[in-house]
Amino acid sequence: MAAASTSTKVFYGLYNDEEDLKDAVRSAKAQHLEIMDVYTPFPVHGLDPIVGLQESRLHYLGFIYGATGALFGFLSMSWIFTRDWPTMFGGKPFWAVPSFIPITFEMTVLFAAWGMTLTFYTICGLWPGVKAKVLDNRITDDKFCVAFDVTGSSESDLDKLQGFFKSTHASEVSTKTI
Amino acid sequence: MSHVVSPLRHVLIEGDKSYHNITEDLCSPTEKAPTREWYIAFLLSTAFFGLYIFTIVWTVWKGIGVWGANRTINWAWDITNFVWWIGIGHAGTLISAILLLFRQRWRTGVNRAAEAMTIFAVVCAGQFPIFHMGRVWLAFFIFPFPNTRGPLWANFNSPLLWDVFAISTYFSVSLLFWYTGLVPDLATVRDRATGFRKKMYEYASFGWTGSAKHWQRWESLSLILAGLSTPLVLSVHTIVSFDFATSVIPGWHTTIFPPYFVAGAIFSGFAMVLTLMLITRKVLKLEEYITLNHIESMNKVIVLTGTIVGVAYLTELFIAWYSGYIYEQFAFYNRVFGVYWWSYFGMMFCNVVSPQLFWSRKIRRSIWWTFFLSIVVNIGMWFERFVIIATTLARDYLPSSWSYYSPTWVEIGIFTGTMGLFFFLYLIFTRVAPVVAVAEVKSILKVAGSQYIGPNAKHGHGHDHHDSKSVPTHRTEEEA
Repeated sequence: MAAASTSTKVFYGLYNDEEDLKDAVRSAKAQHLEIMDVYTPFPVHGLDPIVGLQESRLHYLGFIYGATGALFGFLSMSWIFTRDWPTMFGGKPFWAVPSFIPITFEMTVLFAAWGMTLTFYTICGLWPGVKAKVLDNRITDDKFCVAFDVTGSSESDLDKLQGFFKSTHASEVSTKTI
Repeated sequence: MSHVVSPLRHVLIEGDKSYHNITEDLCSPTEKAPTREWYIAFLLSTAFFGLYIFTIVWTVWKGIGVWGANRTINWAWDITNFVWWIGIGHAGTLISAILLLFRQRWRTGVNRAAEAMTIFAVVCAGQFPIFHMGRVWLAFFIFPFPNTRGPLWANFNSPLLWDVFAISTYFSVSLLFWYTGLVPDLATVRDRATGFRKKMYEYASFGWTGSAKHWQRWESLSLILAGLSTPLVLSVHTIVSFDFATSVIPGWHTTIFPPYFVAGAIFSGFAMVLTLMLITRKVLKLEEYITLNHIESMNKVIVLTGTIVGVAYLTELFIAWYSGYIYEQFAFYNRVFGVYWWSYFGMMFCNVVSPQLFWSRKIRRSIWWTFFLSIVVNIGMWFERFVIIATTLARDYLPSSWSYYSPTWVEIGIFTGTMGLFFFLYLIFTRVAPVVAVAEVKSILKVAGSQYIGPNAKHGHGHDHHDSKSVPTHRTEEEA
């Protein structure tokens, strides 16, 4: 997925329903076929374990970003009001911890949200100007797609995949170079 | 199909839709030429947007002396309107974040438009404090950055600065949440488009393909952003209420303000969502996606939050009386029977009395009643902010400085102008993006759509080869 410049020959089948898709993926796993990717028009629940995807670790990063934001917010305010330019406001202590809480909280949320979102787009390779490798226009509409990388595959491999799609009731089968 | 839903639940998507029908229904408004009603609405809102620009230029050119605000009542329409808009801007995040955490599936029908509304309302809200600064070209002073003025830093102990952080964080996080949700739907529009439109949506959809891993991360991100936005949305109006509550003005200096402001914000936000959605569903023919059940759910939230707000109003009065402190008592006597008595009674009627009509199921499910009452609530919530701000300041410490405030044409122009700005942005949004979250609606089709609950539940989405082998067992159990 990461190599954008090289082209990949993809053999894919389209299904009409997410249950058909799940059955197909199960069957592919049983036959030890190496699935390149599965494309769906919406998040299909229960698909991830069948495809063999591990749980996303994005939320760990979210925690790290949030902690960074909290520390950054709190420590900058502390440094500014105790070291850089201590200012007296209404006789309160310079290091007025309770009144730093709101901004510390906002910085936590700000860093976590931006950090996670930017990470999400980066690791998914999604950015403005990225050309989508669309196999079929209906995948974002109502088709569920299982795709195999067949770059350099032999005729017999293709026949095997053809048979797989037939046995799993794929509504359409096609090849495309992306 | 991992969820088991009681067949007694209301259907959230009517009309036996297939996935393709959903795409067709929700994307087609962006593909057709605008209707005449859209043009009329757009021209009207552009005219008011023009008025906004004119009155703002006038304000900046002449100085804020052209407003009716004076030395006694130095926060007036501007801050009233600011708090009103910010309150409206709370429903979007509430619907998308809190209802996501509570797994309320009816949110999918309205979340996209409500989030857009949030963003546009915050844009409108931001105008008021920025231009109230007077010398707006120095507005960047509010941001703490190393500078040559000392370095003179902003005051981190001030609730006004907390507000700067809260609102800018809220705006940017809402924008991320909204746009990330929109990316897959923009890809759907892209794959239906041709020519220049396709290029435009290709750019806007960031190269989305619908890969399983992307969806997994997308859901993980949405859930965490929802988890972050939930305390965020509560913090924003809490901090707005601190602008008042941490000051030493009788009538403002109360601990009840944070929860009372938050409930009020949800209340007014839902009212505005209803006003907008009732028009949108009619004009864009989305009645099967934003059903009477959605409207009824929102009306229930309105009656709940309206009642919370009512309890808060009465608690304020009770505590003032119970304190036995004459100055506090005067502040609240003045609030009810003072120079602005009409706004207090307007507020009480619109916010506390009128929503009680929603106890009746008939009224909750009536489009016209809902539309009418949603506007009444919006007016009432505007009165509430006016009551808190102008009434309190008009009778401050020194009777010699007591004053009265009425808005000038400039302030009226700015306020109606921000409504123009709001609808200007909203109308453009209805043209360029699906107003209902396409992918999310598809994901609930089989668990909360008519196909699951209705007679079609017996068949696996109309695919015959499906019937015999892969009908999930829970269906048959329920039918038995």
